[in-house]
Amino acid sequence: MRRSILTAAALTATLALTACSGGAEEPAGEESSAPDGAGATLTVWVDETRQAAVEDAATGFEEATGAQVEVVLKNFEDIRPDFLAQVPTGKGPDITVGAHDWLGELTTNGVVAPIELGDTADAFEPVSVAAFTQDGQVYGLPYAVENIALIRNTELAPEAPATWDDAIAAGEEAGTRYPLLIQTSTEGDPYTYYPLQTSFGAPVFEQNEDGSYTPELALGGEGGTAFAQWLAEQAEAGTLSTDVTYDVAVAAFAKGESPFIVGGPWMLEQFADVDVAIDPIPSAGGEPAQPFVGVAGFYVSAQSENALLANDFLVNHMATPEAQLALYEAGDRPPALLEAADTASEDPVTAGFREVGADAVPMPSLPEMGAVWAYWGVTEAAIISGKSEPEAAWQKMVDDIQGEIG
Amino acid sequence: MYQPVTRGAGRTGWSPGFLVKLALVALVDALGVYAVLAAWGARSWGVLTAMVALLLVANWAYFTRRALPLKYILPGLAFLLVYQVYVVAYTGYVAFTNYGDGHNSTKEQAIEALLVQNERRVEGSPSSPLTVVARGEELGFAVVADDGAVRAGTADQPLETVDGARVEGGRVTALPGYDVLEYAAVLERQQEVTALRVPVSDDPADGSVRTQDARTGYVFTSTLTYDAASDTMTDTVEGTTYTPNDEGRFEAADGTTLPVGWRVLVGFDNFVTAFGDDRYAGPFLKILLWTFAFALLSVASTFLLGLFLAIAFNDARLRGRRVYRTLVILPYAIPGFLAALLWSGMLNRSYGVVNEVLLGGASIPWLTDPLLAKLSVLGVNLWLGFPYMFLICTGALQSLPTDVLEAAKIDGAGRWRTWRSITLPLLLVATAPLLISSFAFNFNNFTLIYMLTGGGPRFDDASVPLGHTDILISMVYSVSGLDGTAAKDYGLASALSIVIFVVVATVSALAFRRTRSLEEIA
Repeated sequence: MRRSILTAAALTATLALTACSGGAEEPAGEESSAPDGAGATLTVWVDETRQAAVEDAATGFEEATGAQVEVVLKNFEDIRPDFLAQVPTGKGPDITVGAHDWLGELTTNGVVAPIELGDTADAFEPVSVAAFTQDGQVYGLPYAVENIALIRNTELAPEAPATWDDAIAAGEEAGTRYPLLIQTSTEGDPYTYYPLQTSFGAPVFEQNEDGSYTPELALGGEGGTAFAQWLAEQAEAGTLSTDVTYDVAVAAFAKGESPFIVGGPWMLEQFADVDVAIDPIPSAGGEPAQPFVGVAGFYVSAQSENALLANDFLVNHMATPEAQLALYEAGDRPPALLEAADTASEDPVTAGFREVGADAVPMPSLPEMGAVWAYWGVTEAAIISGKSEPEAAWQKMVDDIQGEIG
Repeated sequence: MYQPVTRGAGRTGWSPGFLVKLALVALVDALGVYAVLAAWGARSWGVLTAMVALLLVANWAYFTRRALPLKYILPGLAFLLVYQVYVVAYTGYVAFTNYGDGHNSTKEQAIEALLVQNERRVEGSPSSPLTVVARGEELGFAVVADDGAVRAGTADQPLETVDGARVEGGRVTALPGYDVLEYAAVLERQQEVTALRVPVSDDPADGSVRTQDARTGYVFTSTLTYDAASDTMTDTVEGTTYTPNDEGRFEAADGTTLPVGWRVLVGFDNFVTAFGDDRYAGPFLKILLWTFAFALLSVASTFLLGLFLAIAFNDARLRGRRVYRTLVILPYAIPGFLAALLWSGMLNRSYGVVNEVLLGGASIPWLTDPLLAKLSVLGVNLWLGFPYMFLICTGALQSLPTDVLEAAKIDGAGRWRTWRSITLPLLLVATAPLLISSFAFNFNNFTLIYMLTGGGPRFDDASVPLGHTDILISMVYSVSGLDGTAAKDYGLASALSIVIFVVVATVSALAFRRTRSLEEIA
């Protein structure tokens, strides 16, 4: 499970050093009396990408407290249902990695405990803490922020487009097979299309003043209808198509068949041969095009018998630039901790995504979101494929979601 | 107890056979005792009782001379109990509860969750360096205030300034009247520490100091309090009182409920919901019909193709039969879910092999047109299923009694007549039970539908996320929110699976009765 002793030792040393030089409010008071927490074992669920980084931080934690950390590898898709099912039985982990949009479900089922970040909260990207906040309480320690942006092939398009129409014009000028690539598929892809939708002023839910969502649908109305009609127009003009799946879009961009693709950092690995720049997503409806932000973080189980250790581990050992940078190296998403994010932003691509993310909105974590996903994508796909009349289909979607939410 | 008895030649009590038995039973006992201890450790009393009972029965069965049949059927019986009876009974139990989102755990845990979710840090309150201290057995906190004064208190005694404390590195390291706890001691009592609330003053509205990491204290106030005596929750800001209702939630007089609930028995509510939601009425009928059509057509098509190939390859005049047979069985060797996934790629309208290569760039919507999607599902299932039918038909054909066939020949029956009156009926005697089980399997063939079409294309006229190729079991998956499109409801899912079980069991039972008439021919 553990990596070689040498790397572990090296990392332990660095971590111990950082623990000593320390966060602003944590003088290293206990270090002298520390290594005697033996007996307590902290169980942490991680997925494969995160495993090494968490294990490294755990080594430092073990060193500092004497407690054991057991890092359990799980499939990311299994974590959420297993956490929900096992925490009530007392067999769940103390800590798990997770995405912020699980929050609504986790709190309704009472399986997560709040984390008090204290003054550390200011050290994080505001949007990342906001994403893990519900009703004024923070439930997760964020470590990475991810969002989509416009990825541009700098050879084919030297300048960032200001609007959607500019982008299409530039794409047509470039003379490539596709003017712009946006993954759609027959099921639709409302996540990737969301910035375009917000540019028509049709966010999915109403937002409170503090940025949190209320379960009041907002995607209907004039903005929504205008977006639906725009989808139909663009599809007719041939710029949007349900034939373009994720794989098709990524392969085409990698081959230089389009100057633009709307996508996230997870695509970059396949664009190693292309010179890319990251731009904001061009607005189609006039208003700012705000994509969703997804925040990855750690949750503490509500039934943890080691709540103290768990919070100590997260707040004092995972909220360090070293740990966050290690997670960044492993997952390629901009870190949530500002200090780590600044270091990571030396890479212009990461900086680009981060900049777009600063204006983005958190993906709603309300349990009602499940019902929205169920109808949203297929409706968009039906409009784009010309199967449905835009206005009526959009209205029916809103009604169906409303019916499901009740 | 076992008493070694000599009976017959060479059968002494300590024969090699007995020693082997002793060793095996000892092994089983060792495993059983391990399981009992593990169950004890995990405080799972149900598992513990079941294990003890199984162990006792096993030891009794293998050391008594009176239970010969039991010696043979006990292992099977034990596994049947654990893997079938228990699972079925548990599903039956869940069907009568409201287990699902919002009702995920026990009342005790729900109360705990509600209480922690409704604690708020007092706005603008400082984060103070904190030390866990003890006065006798009682735990307390000592915090260093902004002005450097040391204040300490316990759950019963509000914070008060204590003089003469030693502060090192901004943190209290010694305090008159209290013992400072070492980190290990804190860890040993971590649940007490995280549960400890030290009031700031005599006025509860000022809030109390809590800590999550035993290093930093924050002042919190609770907006919700629980009174165990009257079993009520009270919102201290609004003054509303919530009492537990029959659905496993705290409910106020005006009907509003608190978000976290717990599991309760709800009687037949799930069955009523299953058939009560009129949004599902239309799609349900279509899906029911399609499920029957899918299961029947799948059995019929795979059986006919398998039978045809079996007859063809059973002809001694055909050369290279072994090679053909091996090739034909190949689809059977590929896992079903993988094959379905491969097919869904191959049938893609624009980039699938079928349209691109085989049909020269046609764009036929194999999986997105309602009728074609149904045909595709049947086609893929035919591809997946015929090798099985081919195997059992080949086996049955080869075991047909040749004398009967010869007698028919002598009686002057033609080829068709022999096949109709002798081969087919005899074949059906052997294969009918397998056809019925194949029907039951396809009736619940969730993997194929989920992997190939995901139930799509969607019904245009329905207001629920269901599609033209959804079968009952994939509908259950969606209706009960297990696919994430709605709040998860395991109670509803269990209730619907029971309904499906009743349908399949009825059809199978009827079919088995019919097959008895076939046996009379044999």
